[in-house]
Amino acid sequence: MTDATADRFKPAKGGYELKPTYWTVVFAITVAALLFHLISPGVLPDRWWPEWEVPAEEWLTTRIEWLKSDASIFGIAFKDITRGIGEGLKAPVKWAEYVLYRGHANLPWFWLALILASVVAYISTLRNAIIAALVFLLPVLLGLFLGDAAPEAITSLPKSLSDGLKAIGAKALYGPIPWVAIAAGVILLGHWIGGWRLALLCAATMLYLAIFNVWKDTMRTMTIVVVAVPMAAFIGVVLGIWVTRSKIAARIITPIFDLMQAVPHMAYLAPVAALFALGPVTALIATVVFAMPPMARCTILGLQTVPEEIIESGKMSGCTRRQSLWKVALPSGKRTLMLGVNQVVMQTFAMVVIASIAGAQGLGHKLLYSLQQLKLGTAIELGIAISVVAIVLDRLTQGYANKETDHFAAAKSWAQRHKHMLAFLVILVLSYIAAIWFRDVTIPPSKLTYTGAEGKVTLFDPKALARWMDAGIREFNKNAFDYINPIRDWVTLNFLIPVRNFFLWMPWPVFVFVIGAAAWRYGGISVLLLCLALMASFIVTGFWVETMKTTYLVLIAALLCVIIGVPLGIWAARSERVANVLMPVCDTLQTFPSFIYLIPAIMLFRVGDFANVFAIIPYATVPAIRYTYLGLKRIPEVTVEAAIANGTTKRQRLWKVELPIAIPEIMLGLNQTIMMALAMTAITALIGSTDLGQEVVRSISTQNFGRGILAGFFIAALGIIADRIIGSWADERKKQLGIG
Amino acid sequence: MPTEVQIKCRNIWKIFGDNPKRFMKRHKGAPTPEALKEAGYIGAVQDVSFDVHAGEILIIMGLSGSGKSTLVRCITRLNDPTAGEMEYEGRDLLKISERELIDIRRHKMGMVFQSFGLLPNRDVLENVAFPLEVQGMDKAERVQRAKDMIELVGLQGRESYFPRELSGGQQQRVGIARSLAVEPDIWFLDEPFSALDPLIRAEMQDEFMRLQQKLKKTIVFITHDFEEATKLADRIGIMKDGRMVQLDTPEQIVLNPADDYVAEFARNAPRERIVSVGTIMKPIDPAAEGSVPVSAKIGTVAQQVLTANRPLAVVDDAGQIIGSVTREDVATTIFSRDAA
Repeated sequence: MTDATADRFKPAKGGYELKPTYWTVVFAITVAALLFHLISPGVLPDRWWPEWEVPAEEWLTTRIEWLKSDASIFGIAFKDITRGIGEGLKAPVKWAEYVLYRGHANLPWFWLALILASVVAYISTLRNAIIAALVFLLPVLLGLFLGDAAPEAITSLPKSLSDGLKAIGAKALYGPIPWVAIAAGVILLGHWIGGWRLALLCAATMLYLAIFNVWKDTMRTMTIVVVAVPMAAFIGVVLGIWVTRSKIAARIITPIFDLMQAVPHMAYLAPVAALFALGPVTALIATVVFAMPPMARCTILGLQTVPEEIIESGKMSGCTRRQSLWKVALPSGKRTLMLGVNQVVMQTFAMVVIASIAGAQGLGHKLLYSLQQLKLGTAIELGIAISVVAIVLDRLTQGYANKETDHFAAAKSWAQRHKHMLAFLVILVLSYIAAIWFRDVTIPPSKLTYTGAEGKVTLFDPKALARWMDAGIREFNKNAFDYINPIRDWVTLNFLIPVRNFFLWMPWPVFVFVIGAAAWRYGGISVLLLCLALMASFIVTGFWVETMKTTYLVLIAALLCVIIGVPLGIWAARSERVANVLMPVCDTLQTFPSFIYLIPAIMLFRVGDFANVFAIIPYATVPAIRYTYLGLKRIPEVTVEAAIANGTTKRQRLWKVELPIAIPEIMLGLNQTIMMALAMTAITALIGSTDLGQEVVRSISTQNFGRGILAGFFIAALGIIADRIIGSWADERKKQLGIG
Repeated sequence: MPTEVQIKCRNIWKIFGDNPKRFMKRHKGAPTPEALKEAGYIGAVQDVSFDVHAGEILIIMGLSGSGKSTLVRCITRLNDPTAGEMEYEGRDLLKISERELIDIRRHKMGMVFQSFGLLPNRDVLENVAFPLEVQGMDKAERVQRAKDMIELVGLQGRESYFPRELSGGQQQRVGIARSLAVEPDIWFLDEPFSALDPLIRAEMQDEFMRLQQKLKKTIVFITHDFEEATKLADRIGIMKDGRMVQLDTPEQIVLNPADDYVAEFARNAPRERIVSVGTIMKPIDPAAEGSVPVSAKIGTVAQQVLTANRPLAVVDDAGQIIGSVTREDVATTIFSRDAA
C-alpha cells in the first residue's frame, strides 16, 4: 500500500466519511481475490505450508508430559503437588457423597461441620456466612495437608457404636440424609425465601425427582455442586477484593478473566484432565475454575458501585481499612455479591452436567449415555430433571439475594424467628428414626408400588414410561421422518454444505484480510494486531480446517438467531403483553444447562450439522432477543415522542428512529449470541461434529490433551476476535450517538 | 468573634491529572490556570489559605465545580491535597500516621454528606451507633448514646427503620445524629440540605441552628446556596474555579464584594436580614432620640428607623449609646444595590 492510500485508510476515530470508500475497496479486493482463486487455484494458499507449521500440539503434549513426570517446584515434584491437591479434594467430595446418597458406617465429621456451617450462616450476617464457608473448606485444607490419613482419624465414629447400631438393626442412622429430609429442607428453604409459591415449586421438583427415580443421580450431581460452590464463591470473593485493592492485580487478572469468559465450558476439562486423572476431582476443579470468574466479577462490581459517599462516611466514622471493607463496602454491595453467588451456583450446575464426559457421575452422565444410546424417553426424563433442578437453584439463590431483612424480627421469639430451621431439624430427626423401619425414606423407591389384598400393584414406573415414550417417539419419527428428513437433507445439501465448502475453499489470506480490515477500521491498530495474532495462532498450527468448520457453523447459527431474535425483541418492545411472556421464557432458557438443548435436536434430526444448528439456536437466540428489547426500551421517551410529533408512521419510527439508536445494543446482543453459539459448538460435538468442539471432546477420551487445549483456545480466539471487532464498533457508534 | 484557631490551612492545592506531584514541581508549586489547562490537568483547589476558628460556623460557598467539596475532603483527608500545609490543633494533618488520622476521625471529627451516606443494610439505630461500634465501644453504651442522638434530632420511635424507609429529611437527620454521636470538636457538613425540598430545607436549617446553639461546635459547612450561607454563617468563604475569592463575614461580603463574581451573588441577597445596625452606624449624634440595639439586623428595626423623623441612637448590649443611625442610611443599604 502506498503512503497516499495508507493515509486515506487510517482508522477514522469517530469520523464517518471514509466508510463507503473503505468498505467498497475491501469488498472489491475480496471479490477479486476470490475470483482469482476460482480461475487459477493453487496460487493463493488455501492451507498453511506444512514445512512452516508450528508444532504447537507436540510442544504442548511434551510440556504436559514433562509437568506430569519431571517438573518440580522448590524441590517438590509437580506430580506430587497435583496428587496432593487431588487427594485433598477427594475428601470433601467423598464426604458429600456419604451425606447425600451413600451413607457410611463412620458418621462423617464433615456432616457436623456442614450442619454447623448452615446453622451459622442461617442466623447470621455476611461475615459469619463467610466463616461458615471456611468451616466448610476446613476438610479440604485438612485433606491437603494431611492426605488421606486425616479424614479417617477425624471422622470415625467409635467402632463399638457403629457395630452396636448395626446390631440393633438401626443401620439407617448412619445412612445418608433421608431424601424425605432433604426434600423437606429444600421446601422449607423455598418457603423461607420465597413464601408458598416457591415452596410449591420446590415441592413439585422434589416430587418429580423422587417418582422419576432420578433422586440418586441428582444427589450425585449435587455432590460436586455443594463442594464446588463454596470454593468457587470464596476464591471469587478473595480475587475480587484483591482486584479492587491492587492495581497490579487488576492488570493481571482482568485480561485472564476476559479470556476465561470466551473459553467454552467444555474446554476447561482438557487442561484439568491433563493434570488430574479423570474422575470427580477433575470435574470439581474444572467446575470451580469455570464458576469462579462470575463471582469475582460480581464482587468487583459490587465493591465498585458502592456510592462514594457511603465509603467516605465509613472513613469519617473512623473505619480502618479492614473495617471499611468488612463493615461498609461488602455489606453495601451485598445484593450484587449474592447475585454473584446465584451465578456461581448456576454455572457450577451447568458445568457439572457437562463434566460428565470427564468422569462426573450423575444426571449429565446418564443423559449423555441415554442420548448416545438413543434412549430418548429416558433422556427426556433426565432433561426435565436437570431443567427443574436448575430452575429451583436459580429461584432459591435469586430469592435469597433479593430477600428483605425482617426488621420486626427483634419483636419475635427465638423459636418464631427460626421456625424453618427448627422444622427442618424435627423432620431430620423423625425421618432418620422412620428410616430404621422404612427403607424408602432413605432413598426413593425405583417405582411406586402399592401392596394391597391382591398383592403388589405397580402404580408408576418411570422406566416403563420412558419405554413408552421411546416407542412413541419412534412411532412419531417413523411417520414424521418422511417429512422432516427431506427438509433436513435439502437444507443441508443446498445451504449448509455449500457454505461450509466455501469456507474450506476460501484461501486463508482472504479471511485474514477481511477480518483484519474490519478490526483496523473499528478498533485501530491494537485490535488489528490482536486479531492478527489470534488468527495466526490457528492458521500456523494446522487447525485451519477445524476452525473454519466452527466458524461456518457459528456464523450460520448466529445469522438464524438474529433473524429469529431481533424481530421477537422488537415485538416484545412494542407490546407489554408479549414482553411479559417472552422475557420470563428467555430467563428460563438461560437457566438451563446448555446440554439439554441436545435432546430435541437429536429427537428430531438425529446427528449432523442441521441438528447442531438446531441445538444452538434456542440457547444462543436469547441475547439477540434481550439486547434488541433493551436497546429499544432504553431509547429516551422524548426522542420517540418527538418522532411522533414529527408525524412519523409506526414503521418509519422503527426504521428511521428506533433501530438506528438501538443498533449498538443489538450488535452487542449479536456479540453475545456468537459467544454462546461458540460455547454450544463444543456441546454439540457430543452428538457428532468435525470441528474444534469435536477436537476438545475427543481429546478427553483419547487423552490427547494438548490438542484439546489448543482447540479450546481457538474457540476462545474466535470469540475474542468477534468480541473486539463488534465491541469496538458498538463503542464508536454509541459515542457518535452520545449514549456511551 | 472567637479567635482561637482550630484548623489552619495554607496554600492548599488539589490537582487531578496523570502525575500531579511532578506537574506541581515543574511549575514550582504555583501553576497558572493557563498552564493547568494546557497540560490537561484540573485544578480543583488552587492555593487556598484560611483558618477555622473554634466555635464559628464557616461556610464555604461556591457553584458546582468550584472545588468546595474537594477542599473539605482535603481537610478531612478523604482526599490528599497535592500541596500545602494543614494544621489541626497544632498538629500537622498531612504528616500524621494512618492510625492517628483514624483516631482523629473517631473522636474529633464528624461529617454529614449531601446524599446522606447511610449504610443501607443497617437500621437507624445501627447507623447512628456505627462510628461508636468501629471504635470499639461496648454495645450497651453505644446503643444508649445512639438513642440519645436519635432523640436529639427528633427521630425517636424510628430506631428500627431502614434508611430506604425514611424520607430525605429524616435520612439526613440520621446522618446528623451519626456525625454527632462521637461528640466531635469539629463538624463538617457537605451540602447537607441540598438534596432536600425547599420547605424541608428551611426546616432543617432552623433545626441546625437550634442544635448549634446547644452544642457550640466548630463548623465547616459547604453549600452552593448563597441565601443559606448568609442565613447560617459567621463567616463565608466564596470559591470560584478552585480559588477562594473572598473570605469574610456575610455583611462584608454583601457590602464590600471583592469582585464582580461575588457582587453578582450579593446583588440579590436580602440585605435587611444580613446587615446589622452596627455596620452602618454613624458616630454619636446628640440629636438622636429613641434607641436600637447595635446587633440587630436592620430589617428588624427598619420600621422604627424609617418612621422616625430624627436619627436613632444605637446602644450596645449594656444599654450604652455608641452611635446613631439615620433613615437615609437604612434606606440606601436596603434599596441601593450598588451602595457601600
